[in-house]
Amino acid sequence: MASSLPTFSRALPSSSSKTSPSFIPFRSPSLKITSSASFLPSSISLSSRRASFIIPRATASSSEGSDSLAKTTFHGLCFVLKDNIDTDQIIPADKACIFPSNQQERDEIGSNALSGLPDSHKPRFVEPGEIKSKYSIIVAGENFGCGSSREHAPVCLGAAGAKAVVAQTYARIFFRNSVATGEVFPLESEVRVCDECTTGDTVTIELRDSGGLLTNHTTGKQYKLKAIGDAGPVIDAGGIFAYARKVGMIPSPSVA
Amino acid sequence: MASSVISSSPFLCKSSQAKDLGFPKPSQISVHRCQKRSISRKIVSVMAPQRSSSSTGSVKTGMTMTEKILAKAAEKSQVVPGDNIWVNVDVLMTHDVCGPGAFGIFKREFGEKAKVWDPEKIVVIPDHYIFTTDQRANRNVDIMREHCREQNIKYFYDITDLGDFRANPDYKGVCHVALAQEGHCRPGEVLLGTDSHTCTAGAFGQFATGIGNTDAGFVLGTGKILLKVPPTMRFILDGEMPSYLQAKDLILQIIGEISVAGATYKTMEFSGTTIESLTMEERMTLCNMVVEAGGKNGVIPPDATTFNYVENRTSVPFEAVYSDGNASFAADYRFDVSKLEPVVAKPHSPDNRALARECKDVKIDRVYIGSCTGGKTEDFMAAAKLLHAAGKQVKVPTFLVPATQKVWMDVYALPVPGADGKTCAQIFEEAGCDTPTSPSCGACLGGPADTYARLNEPQVCVSTTNRNFPGRMGHKEGQIYLASPYTAAASALTGHVTDPREFLQ
Repeated sequence: MASSLPTFSRALPSSSSKTSPSFIPFRSPSLKITSSASFLPSSISLSSRRASFIIPRATASSSEGSDSLAKTTFHGLCFVLKDNIDTDQIIPADKACIFPSNQQERDEIGSNALSGLPDSHKPRFVEPGEIKSKYSIIVAGENFGCGSSREHAPVCLGAAGAKAVVAQTYARIFFRNSVATGEVFPLESEVRVCDECTTGDTVTIELRDSGGLLTNHTTGKQYKLKAIGDAGPVIDAGGIFAYARKVGMIPSPSVA
Repeated sequence: MASSVISSSPFLCKSSQAKDLGFPKPSQISVHRCQKRSISRKIVSVMAPQRSSSSTGSVKTGMTMTEKILAKAAEKSQVVPGDNIWVNVDVLMTHDVCGPGAFGIFKREFGEKAKVWDPEKIVVIPDHYIFTTDQRANRNVDIMREHCREQNIKYFYDITDLGDFRANPDYKGVCHVALAQEGHCRPGEVLLGTDSHTCTAGAFGQFATGIGNTDAGFVLGTGKILLKVPPTMRFILDGEMPSYLQAKDLILQIIGEISVAGATYKTMEFSGTTIESLTMEERMTLCNMVVEAGGKNGVIPPDATTFNYVENRTSVPFEAVYSDGNASFAADYRFDVSKLEPVVAKPHSPDNRALARECKDVKIDRVYIGSCTGGKTEDFMAAAKLLHAAGKQVKVPTFLVPATQKVWMDVYALPVPGADGKTCAQIFEEAGCDTPTSPSCGACLGGPADTYARLNEPQVCVSTTNRNFPGRMGHKEGQIYLASPYTAAASALTGHVTDPREFLQ
């Protein structure tokens, strides 16, 4: 049966499609890798508050090799949204009957990503007639993804080609679903980045152990991003199933 | 201003940190306790040597209801907010929209021949897109039938004849109302559902929250889920409930107070004399909209009202738990309910609170009474009571969508108190409302284009539903005012947003 949702590794701009067992982009110094983890964003996790937010200079990463840099960087045009973008705006509820069990339906759901935004909101995230968006990074305000628990929300964004979301804060179910599906990488900004970026700006996100750095090449400004926090081990493993296998909660899938 | 009549000063409970609205850090709790002990040593002349909590292993911090439920489900004696634990699930609910995806993931990860962890703990309730010609919506119900047959799922409330819901003896309707009516909600348990309003079941004193398909696929195979213990915000509601006020007004009041992200990742615990006076359906309305404040779950201490309801519907044993007196709460809010007034949430946010009477100049185009939030038996009884008291005709199309088959039957069979033996259906007909339609989620979330009462034009609608973000009921420029059944009925009579006191005295 075709995989209905991609595993986490596809969300990252890795040149290789195989999952790398040694790939661990986030290792917050204060993060203890125990047999438990959570989907809580770092704004709530107290341990990550104490984590160092000193972002190493971009040049320092070149010594790590181009392979890891490719896996920890997102680059592209950004699409800017404000506060309380709910799941019905991300993917209208009547599109919920589509479930991406095959590529055709995945394309369909991707083409409808953010189609629930008011008509006055321009430009559109996906142009009419297109399947993919030209924006690979979404910048948003507070409470991104509030509303429904339907996974169609992160799925449609990923299907449309979005790689990462930088929001001020998230609604919990959306954040959890993003981590569980691996469709988009949910990152949190420290300041109101959505007020300082404009749709169409070229941005780069570099992820580091202790957080990340968002560079807006159009304005020249840089912004720190919060460390991923307790969701780290789950994302590292490649989602909840991979994580559960890693800690011995479930066996590997048996072939039918 | 509404806020001036509320004696709600958010104050934090004594042992928590003043500024940090997060949960207390474990290290800080033990430090606090050590300080207490050293003070008492000076006062008491003879005292056993003080040992730290870690050496005895028997000193327990007080826990909230949610902490206790999760601790028990994780087979631990103690948890604190922030702990990440694997929790045993008592009931997993899914419906037509998310069920196919959840089972798909289950098979992908556990194998095509895999079996669910317990076919009696899964409840499959088609309810979202049922009475439609949309082929993909119909396909979803068929897919669920296949999965349930293959897995021997005990509780599948199937529907095959879409032309007449009454021809389907198993079909129930809206999942959250059906779960309660069928006895699947029990104090002390962990209930998960692939729907954000799963938090409704917290009214029964259990942990209930919504999850996505991937998490649900995981639960299907293991019966467990990875959860982070949430801190609890306590809302104490005291005072006699005015006759024109309903639980919907209470929750809209609270959401307006704390905002749509005010309870993000937290538990909302409701207690107080007003809560104790509420029926189960009113308690369900209250917990239903916890997610609209960003809450992880809502919870109400179970009492005789709860036990009476539950024991009439299931013989499965349960164990109620209650917050300890010395439990730590992240925040405390107090409301004097006797001073509250009917409120609405104006477009386009559930926290855009306003007094109903201050919106009386807002002309409306239609009224919608239905959904898990406002489509239960008592919701219709309330609307009918007001319409009967007014003795007038509605001025705008008034759509009635009973949540379940049982609610539909009650609307047609039960006499409304004080209405000379008339049923809701009779009163609705006399007032000129639309005929109550087939039970389902209906137009609460828009749905396929042919969904009954869908907002297909940019109209103004007063609705007893739970969300009013742009496009929620269909048209992106539709304006939705969230309201109680009383307020919705009153508004239908005037054609404007109307405080129910105009007709109820």
